[in-house]
Amino acid sequence: MREVAILGVGQTAVREHWDLSIRQLAVAAGRAALADADVSRVDAIYVGNMTSGNLNEQHHLGALVADHLGQWGVEAVKLEAACGSAGSAMRQGIIAIASGQMDAVLVIGVEKMTETVMEETTAALVTAADADYEGIHGVTFVSLNALIMRRYMHEYGYQHGDFAPFAINAHANGAKNPNALFREPITQKIYERGRVVADPITLFDASPIGDGAAALLLVPAEQAPGAVRVVGSAVATDTLAVHDREDMLWLKAAQQSAQRAYAQAGIGPEDVDLFELHDAFSVMAALSLEAAGFAERGQGVRLAQEGEIFPDGRIPVATMGGLKARGHPVGATGLYQIAEAALQLRGDAGAAQIEGARIAMAQNIGGSGATIATHILRNPIAH
Amino acid sequence: MEVSRHWRLQEQRYKLVGETCDNCGVKLFPPRDVCLECAAPAKELYTFTGLGEVYSYTTIYDAPAGFEQQAPYSVALVKLEEGPIVTAQLTDMDEDEMYIGMPVEMVTRKLRTDGDEGMIVYGYKFRPVQFEMAVK
Repeated sequence: MREVAILGVGQTAVREHWDLSIRQLAVAAGRAALADADVSRVDAIYVGNMTSGNLNEQHHLGALVADHLGQWGVEAVKLEAACGSAGSAMRQGIIAIASGQMDAVLVIGVEKMTETVMEETTAALVTAADADYEGIHGVTFVSLNALIMRRYMHEYGYQHGDFAPFAINAHANGAKNPNALFREPITQKIYERGRVVADPITLFDASPIGDGAAALLLVPAEQAPGAVRVVGSAVATDTLAVHDREDMLWLKAAQQSAQRAYAQAGIGPEDVDLFELHDAFSVMAALSLEAAGFAERGQGVRLAQEGEIFPDGRIPVATMGGLKARGHPVGATGLYQIAEAALQLRGDAGAAQIEGARIAMAQNIGGSGATIATHILRNPIAH
Repeated sequence: MEVSRHWRLQEQRYKLVGETCDNCGVKLFPPRDVCLECAAPAKELYTFTGLGEVYSYTTIYDAPAGFEQQAPYSVALVKLEEGPIVTAQLTDMDEDEMYIGMPVEMVTRKLRTDGDEGMIVYGYKFRPVQFEMAVK
């Protein structure tokens, strides 16, 4: 198996891009990644996306994006795994390079979700849950996470305000990222005044949707000596429905994909310098920290309260705003996370730079934990 | 909405018919033919009592398309007395009455409608148990 390197990074800002279509977003990020890598021709394009069929009346994104990038003839396909779509596209790109089948792969995550009315967007997102046994009861993704968060608070004895550090950290970091949707810090008081969305989830516990695209150009590491390496890559699955989980407060797929990625990289959580976790909801950030081995069961919130998730803490998370402040264009998010991790390792994260970061991890969660992709990156050169 | 998609789930929606695993004996709802515990085939039908308790709950204000007219409404994870947890709406109670551990029972109600002239989907919701005797 060949080692894989990230030679190019591209992204659009996350916004309500009323002036850009889904193809324009994907092409903008793809062209930026190609330009960053100084590569003009690729062997394959893997596009991560969730809702284009529901919200844009457009499937077949592999061919569409290849066509509009001028990459006629290449192998191209869309991968869908709900909010874990882009992490899954990354995984396919890595398999393609590692296997020796491809020498240059463009992976793109794209989502265009702000021009439909909110009820339609909400209904499109619910298709990530079990339609027959969750969706028909009128659940939303916020409510599924509210059910998990209430149980978490009940079992471990936390109050709502205890979750504030996740939002405060994300918004402080988002303020330093020009591509972030929200670029204003918040305080504990602002967090506690957030309106109830689905009790106990309030406004600042939930990430905002948005339009955006992120892309990476992947090549064999032997062809890019100084580039950021992908040293761990794994995807694991769990039951689709929350109610079918053996333990809904334990992200088994996060643990499994993290353990596989750690084993590939030959490291453990103690070696990771920053963690781009999937903070779609505050409770998911806590569960992700626990399942990936940064905190004991029920201690993810405690870790945040102790300040260890901030840029100067033991394990900085959401370093460029995370889903909460950078925004959550669902099927693109997994590649925003990896793009940001790569920029951090290159020393290109600007005001959000975590100094001296050598190893970064990104974890992308589809649905309420049914598909989880974990990637570990390493910079071969200290900066 | 497609009639057949809901028609074929009538045993589950109206009667909570699930399955028992022949191999390990665990009871499954929803039925899935492959046991969630041991992955053996599970085909023997089992009708759940419909009694359980609230495992977690929340209230939805921003409903998805098709549910706007019901909002606000409460959904819960209900732990059935036989073991499985199901997702369903809570009904016949106010939000401030709900608590984790509350005894509830299954009742058949309207789940959603498809406009003024479309199909009506019925199925299970859960309400507070009506008689103390019913609680084991």
